[in-house]
Amino acid sequence: MLLDTLLGLLPELNKAFFETIYMVAISLFVAIIVGLPLGVLLFVTDRGLFLEHAILKSVLGFLVNMVRSIPFIILLVGLLPLTKLLTGTTIGPTAASVSLSVAAIPFFARIVETSLREIEKDVIEAAVAVGATPWMIIKDVLLPEARPGIVQGITITTISLVGYSAMAGIVGGGGVGDLAIRFGYYRYDNTVMITTIVILICLVQVIQFAGDRIARLVDKR
Amino acid sequence: MIDIQNVTKVYTTKKKQTVAVDNVSLTIRDGEIFGIIGYSGAGKSTLLRCLNALERPTSGRILIDGIDVTALDAKELRQVRQKIGMIFQHFSLVSSKTVFENIAFALKAAKKPKPDIEKRVNELLDMVGLSDKRDAYPAQLSGGQKQRVGIARALANNPTVLLCDEATSALDPSTTKSILELLKKINRELGITIVFITHEMEVVKHICDRVAVMQNGKVIELGTVYELFTHPKEELTRSFVHSVMHVDLPAHLRETHTGTIVKIQFEGKSATETIVSDMLQQFEVKGNILHAKIEYIQDKPLGIFVMELIGKEDEIQRAMDYIAKRTNRLEVVSHAA
Ligand SMILES: Nc1ncnc2c1ncn2[C@@H]1O[C@H](COP(=O)(O)OP(=O)(O)OP(=O)(O)O)[C@@H](O)[C@H]1O
Ligand SMILES: [Mg+2]
Repeated sequence: MLLDTLLGLLPELNKAFFETIYMVAISLFVAIIVGLPLGVLLFVTDRGLFLEHAILKSVLGFLVNMVRSIPFIILLVGLLPLTKLLTGTTIGPTAASVSLSVAAIPFFARIVETSLREIEKDVIEAAVAVGATPWMIIKDVLLPEARPGIVQGITITTISLVGYSAMAGIVGGGGVGDLAIRFGYYRYDNTVMITTIVILICLVQVIQFAGDRIARLVDKR
Repeated sequence: MIDIQNVTKVYTTKKKQTVAVDNVSLTIRDGEIFGIIGYSGAGKSTLLRCLNALERPTSGRILIDGIDVTALDAKELRQVRQKIGMIFQHFSLVSSKTVFENIAFALKAAKKPKPDIEKRVNELLDMVGLSDKRDAYPAQLSGGQKQRVGIARALANNPTVLLCDEATSALDPSTTKSILELLKKINRELGITIVFITHEMEVVKHICDRVAVMQNGKVIELGTVYELFTHPKEELTRSFVHSVMHVDLPAHLRETHTGTIVKIQFEGKSATETIVSDMLQQFEVKGNILHAKIEYIQDKPLGIFVMELIGKEDEIQRAMDYIAKRTNRLEVVSHAA
């Protein structure tokens, strides 16, 4: 009986699982591509650093804080016009990825900035003193030194994205979380709810485990 | 030549202004090892960091080999910095890079081609005695080894000047000694001018030719190390000298003595002459050496003797006059009981 329900659910679960992976992957990709440079910029324009720039720093800081302070649900709905513009539609996992990305960018950027802040100032200074260009310092000192922190940041961002992607159901985003809400929460179907939650728990565990392993592997300190 | 002209650095924070360096003018000659000594907060690091423009002076100029480093744009500054090496108290190596990569970074900054980098790094590793640690990560090295990597990195682009900010302060005495020897060798063999910041007079004694004493952002005394050791003028300088040259008598000796206790300082040639034995032969006094110390500073001897003179009062006086005449440095610690 239980098994039958589960087996019947399998195609739906399968689809939802890959939708989740799809949304998370796209948003994570965008978050890294945009958030990493943004995080670096937030750091190097800071006071006393080699690209110190008070105005740029405060503008970027303000934007990041602004996006981060908007509740995700509101962002999801508020960004519908942008979603439509970018993807041509407002429903489905691709559409949901737009707001997920927008939310993940500042989140990840702040994590990158924080990891960079852990680097001893003298180490950066030594690179400046040797006559290196800003680009060289970023590429050969900042990013390698912050690598363990950045890898952990990617793990945290990924897990947060898995969580946020559940809300994407509101705009018909799909995914495992959406399934849990639709079947489990609204229809009181405990079997589906528990199954999806188990899947999400496993997914998060696997991501955390992999993230920790990689972080340890790249840590030379 | 490094010509520091009226350099002042003021830090302005929300609440107050700190004058870290206060109108300092100094000339550091080519090929010398120049020390800057002072207690914490004296402004030593700030002054040093002005030399490679890590810090811009609030006013004043700094000429290094005729180039005003306070007036360069970013690109020119990068080029000039390649000719000014710097080493740090905590070594400041990139922990995620191997020894080789850490040193190669400096050469990459100077846009050297790859084969040249490979060759030069091996040369440098050989010079600092770390050829076998080429592929080690900083975490796998001892403090002394890390500083050697720091030195190799600083020397990669054949600089004319090496700036050292408390380069041995995090090391134990024997490692300190070996790093100082290495710096001396570099100075001697490559003719690199070294500016060395420290708060330890022992280190100054060991490697510096000349030294500036800093207090509250000002240079309060300047001279050769030997001059400062033999004739310190300022109170602070005296206390630094004392930290190396102290000859303190145990209290019970001071209390139980019967004769006159005198402290005699011998400098240069007089330290090796037989002043004391001459004196003992010429006058009717007995001498009893209570404490003695001879230090070699810049290969010149500096001795301090504390002795008790026993005999008739006028004879002791004449003996003391004799020594004072020949050494210029006699101090009565306590008179006959
Ligand atoms: N970035 C800064 N902002 C504000 N004040 C500073 C800054 N750097 C240094 N100072 C102040 O300038 C003064 C001199 O500092 P500096 O680091 O040059 O001293 P120092 O002689 O090197 O001391 P130490 O032996 O502790 O390294 C101190 O009072 C310090 O608080
Ligand atoms: Mg200092």
